[in-house]
Formats: sequence, C-alpha cells, structure tokens
Amino acid sequence: MSAVHFVLLAPLLGSIALALVPYRRAAALGNVAVSAATLASSLSLFVVEPYRGTLLFVDDFNIYLVVLTAFVAFTTSLFSSSYIAHEVETGRLTPNELRFYHAMYQAFVLTLLLALVANNLGLMWVAVEGATLTTALMVGLYRTHEAIEAAWKYFILCGVGIALALFGTILMYLAAQPVMGAGLAAMAWTELLGPVAQMDPTILNLAFVFLLIGYGTKVGLAPLHAWLPDAHAEGPTPISAVLSGLLLNVALYAVLRFKMLLASNEGVIAPGPLMISMGLSSLLLGSVMLYRRRDIKRMFAYSSIEHMGIITFAFGMGGAFANFAGLLHMTMHSLTKSAIFFAVGHIAQVKGTQKIADISGLTASHPALGWGLVLGVVAIAGLPPLGIFMSEFLVLTSTMARQPLLAIPLVLGLLLGFGALILRLQSVAFGPPSGRTGPVTASLLPLYAHLVLVLIAGLYLPPPLVAWFQTVARLLG
Amino acid sequence: MTLSESTIYDVTHLLDGTVLLLSFALLYQRRLFGVLSAFALQSLVLALAAAWQAFANDAPHLYITAGIALFFKTIIIPLALHRIVVNLGIHREVETALGIGATLIVGASLAALAIVLVLPVTAASVALTRENLALSLSVVLLGLLMMITRRNAVTQVVGFMSLENGLLLAAVGVRGMPFVVEISAAFAVMVAFIIFGVFFFQIRERFDTLDVSYVERFRGERH
Repeated sequence: MSAVHFVLLAPLLGSIALALVPYRRAAALGNVAVSAATLASSLSLFVVEPYRGTLLFVDDFNIYLVVLTAFVAFTTSLFSSSYIAHEVETGRLTPNELRFYHAMYQAFVLTLLLALVANNLGLMWVAVEGATLTTALMVGLYRTHEAIEAAWKYFILCGVGIALALFGTILMYLAAQPVMGAGLAAMAWTELLGPVAQMDPTILNLAFVFLLIGYGTKVGLAPLHAWLPDAHAEGPTPISAVLSGLLLNVALYAVLRFKMLLASNEGVIAPGPLMISMGLSSLLLGSVMLYRRRDIKRMFAYSSIEHMGIITFAFGMGGAFANFAGLLHMTMHSLTKSAIFFAVGHIAQVKGTQKIADISGLTASHPALGWGLVLGVVAIAGLPPLGIFMSEFLVLTSTMARQPLLAIPLVLGLLLGFGALILRLQSVAFGPPSGRTGPVTASLLPLYAHLVLVLIAGLYLPPPLVAWFQTVARLLG
Repeated sequence: MTLSESTIYDVTHLLDGTVLLLSFALLYQRRLFGVLSAFALQSLVLALAAAWQAFANDAPHLYITAGIALFFKTIIIPLALHRIVVNLGIHREVETALGIGATLIVGASLAALAIVLVLPVTAASVALTRENLALSLSVVLLGLLMMITRRNAVTQVVGFMSLENGLLLAAVGVRGMPFVVEISAAFAVMVAFIIFGVFFFQIRERFDTLDVSYVERFRGERH
C-alpha cells in the first residue's frame, strides 16, 4: 500500500459507507470527514517517493491536480453540508435522495482522482466514463422538467463524447501494439513515452482527433459545449462547483497527456493549432453568450466555457511560458469558479430564485455574501490584483511575443467577457435590495478561503510553487 | 485444434460484417419492437464475435466480454425495454426526424466514409485489424446517426448501445488489447443505471410520452 492507494481508498470506502448512513447530519459530517481524509492523504504524496506502478503512477504533473482536486472537493463538501441542510428543510430532497447524493459525491471524487493517477489509457477512460455517469445522475437529482432534460442531454452528448474517446484510445493501442507488443505496457503513459517516436504517425493523427473531440466534449470546448450550461444550471449547486472546478480540468488533463505523447513523434500533425482554434472559439462563444443570460448559474457556466477556452488556448500555444500560464490559470479558475458557485448557491437559497432579474442589492441586504460574490466576479473577470489577472496577463504576453495576430481575438474575447460580467454584477450586487432578505445561516468559510488563496496568488506566488509549475510546464513541452 | 489463418480471417469477417448489416437493419425499422429485436440480434452476433476472438487468439478474458454481451445486452436489456414500452404505453411506432430512405442513404455514405478514412491510414497494420476497424467505425457512425435521427428516448438509448457495440467490436478485434472486459463492464453499468435507475421512470412521471422532442420544449432559460 502506498500513499496513492490511500488517496483512492478514502473516497471508495466513504462512498460505500455514506450510501448506508440514513441520518442527515451524520451523512453531511461524514462527507466532510471523508473529503478531509482524501485531502490529507493527497498531501502526503508530496513527502513519499513518487509512486510508479503498472496501473497507477504519480508524477510532477498529476500530483498538483490531485491535490487541487482533493482540496476543492473538501471545501465543496463543507459548502455542501450547509447547502444540503437548507434543501432538506425546504423539502426539495428526501432522505433517500440525500443518501444517494452523498454516495455519488464520493464516487465522483473517486473517479476524478483515479483518472488523474491512472497510468493506463484504458483505466483513465473507465474513470472518466464513471465520472460522466455519477454526475449525470446528480444533475437529474431534483427531478424537475429542466433537471431531467439537462441530465438527458448530458448523458447523450457526453456518452457520445466518451465513446469517441474510446475509439481514439483503441487507435492509440493499435499504433503502439506493433512497436511494443501486446499487453498492459502498450497502454501505460510511462512506457509509451519513449517508443512513441517509432509509431505510425498517421494512426496517431487519427487517434488524436478522436481523443480531442471525445475528451474535448467533456472539457466543454465549443462547438461541443451544449451540455455544459444545462448541467450546471439544473443540478444541485455543489455539483456545479465541482463540475466547473474539477471535472473540466480532469478532461483537459486527459487531452494534455495525449498531447505530451504526440510531441515525441516527429511525423504527426502538431496538436497545437487544433487546440488553439477550439480554445479561441470557446472563449469568444462563452463571452458573447454571457450577455443574454437570465439565470445566474447558467451565466457562470458560460464563463467556465470561456475560461476553459483560454486554458486550452494557452496549452495549444505550448512552450514553457504559455504552459506555465495555462497551469496557473487552471488552478486560479478552479478556485475562483467554485468560490463563485458557493456564493451563488447561498444566494439562490436566500432569494429563492436563480433569475438575475429578481436578485439585486446583495451588498446592502447580505453584506458578507454580497461582497464575496463581488470579489469572486472581480477575480473571474480578470481584474488586478487577483490571481486570474496574473495568469491572463501571462497568456496574453506570451501570445504577443509569439503570435501577435492571435492576440486580437484573445483580447476581444477577454474584454467581451469582462464587460458582461461587470454589467450583471452591478444589478445583482448593488442598487436597492429586492426579494427576500432573510439572513444567511450558512458558513461562508469555504467561499472566503478560496478568495483569499486567489488574492494571495495574485500578489505573491511562493518560489517553490513557481519552480514546481516551471518543471511541469517543461514536461508539457 | 489449430485453425488456419484463412479460416480465422473468413469467420471474423463474416461476424463483423453481420454486425454492420444489423446496424442498417436498426435504421429501417418502423416499429419499436422491431428495433429491439434487431438490437438483440446485433448484440448476439457481437457476443459470437467476441467469443470467436477469444477462441481464435487464445484470449480467454474475452469470453467474459462475450458473456456480458450475451446475457446483458442480448437478453436483459431488450426484455427490460420491451416491458417499459408495454407498461408505460409508449407509442409503438418509431418517430423519425429524417425519413427512412434518406437515413439509409446517409448511413451508406457514412459506412463508405469510415472505410475511406481507416483503410489508407492503417496501411501498415495487419490486414485483419484494418478491416475490422473500418467495419466497427461504420457501426459507431451508424449508431450516432440513429441517435440523431430518432426522436424517441428508447430509440436513442438503443442507438447509443449499438454505437457501443461498434466500439466493443473494435476493442475485441485489436489483438491483445488490455482492459476490454473492464470497458464492456463500465458500459454495461452506465446503461443499466440510465435505463433502470433513473430516466425512464422519472421522465414517465412528468410526461405522457418518452418523445425527447417533447422534453426539449423545456429547454433553455427559465422564464
């Protein structure tokens, strides 16, 4: 047993145990405890020898995503316990649904972590498929018309997406098998990296196209993003937070691993331009769509499309500098977007609505919550001195230096998104308060914890972290 | 008993080709029960293909994949869908978004596309694998086509599972691929959850029809 096994074992056992606990308080506490255990064991990965087995492995790249995933899963479980308490009081969830919800939450975290540490294309695919299944079930949890439609759309679109990714995986194996022989080694990341240079480049090309479309559907890249806004808007808000903060990252991680593989083969098409064009179209689409949103959760879902576009663009540019910016943006976006969903979840519960038109004057009626949202939106819009400003600035300068023409659509998309967010923020946060003004009983600790981290990252990045990101950025090629 | 290369080649081709043929059969059904029987038959042939690969390539783990295809997809799922259709009183006609003739023409061109795409790309691979891959990509594309052109939720699920049959056909045909069993099990779990656990009963609770276009009226922003 190594530390990496404990990282997987905690959510696995937690999921089984939580499926059996009928008491609401105990289940919510248990969920937090299991997430804390997962976080603790993920942190221990830093101190033990990097694990490298036939099925699982830990390297500089995935360790940082594992810790980020475990951290956001932990803070979201804190948020979830107060969110769920309210949902049970208002009768939106029955005890059975609650048990199901907690078990699925841990199962979802398990699949994400497994996808990250899997040293095998097939195992990673099974994990991503599991993540699709668990989230589709949770999106449909409320059983309203909209929730069922969202879950159906999610299942159909992402089902097709992962099916195409599997075809790409099979093609990958087909390319590897003549060089490496049959067996597990021909599907392991660590083993493939060397021999990939001798593989047939045409099969690799075809495989990458399938993989980019397949996993790209789960990243929410345009034009494959149709499931994302519905899934974010209709499910429970903790799920929106982990969808945006974690699932999109994990899907992108899969794409990046394949990009790393292809980089070692000279004959293949460069994956960069494909990723740049998908990234830019997601950025532009996401920021334009921000303008006409009437539902607050749906609006921030489009903002996630926008930011995943920026990140994909940065990795598509490649090179140590752009990769560094991409990694930083991935982290900052996870923290900020989940913080925003924490705030939005409480707001929707206090106000009893998700309609932007019915929410106003939050800073007057609920100062702590309102200012939390203001901070989050200011951060996500990319204003200094918060972390996202830094990463967007880095993306922009590296683009300016290498492909100045691409900077035009990039800046356009960033400005459009900025305008839309500030416009909506004014009506929601300021002005005379409207609607219900009952007090917020929930703890705002997770929200502010994330915001403080984003603020610190914007002001000062610790040198060890910078060194770490630089190592990973070089690894990404 | 040892088999000659040409016997292996011929039988594999026969089974793979039959799976593709049944994909076309799925497209021209006008009645829901016809769709279910065609799907059951396709899964049966897939089970045979998997078992044949297990036998011919001496890969016993593929018998498990064959078993899953046989028990789960040939028997249990079609029966369950049959029950759902009967008990919930769903329309027994297939509702199409694109006429049957047009669908078949598009389907034939998709199959041609798959062959044109795969054969040149995999020129260096072993012959058997190439053709198997071309046939299974055709099955995948036809499954996609079915999901797009059929409105009813039952036919969409059948389309998804037929797409999945194509993927499994590709996976069992590539020699020595690991994780095939896990992959087929993961698909089975996904479909089982979707079908039995949640969607059908919930959709039924709210709507009188499983016609997805009806569900889609609720699309978009809340007003």
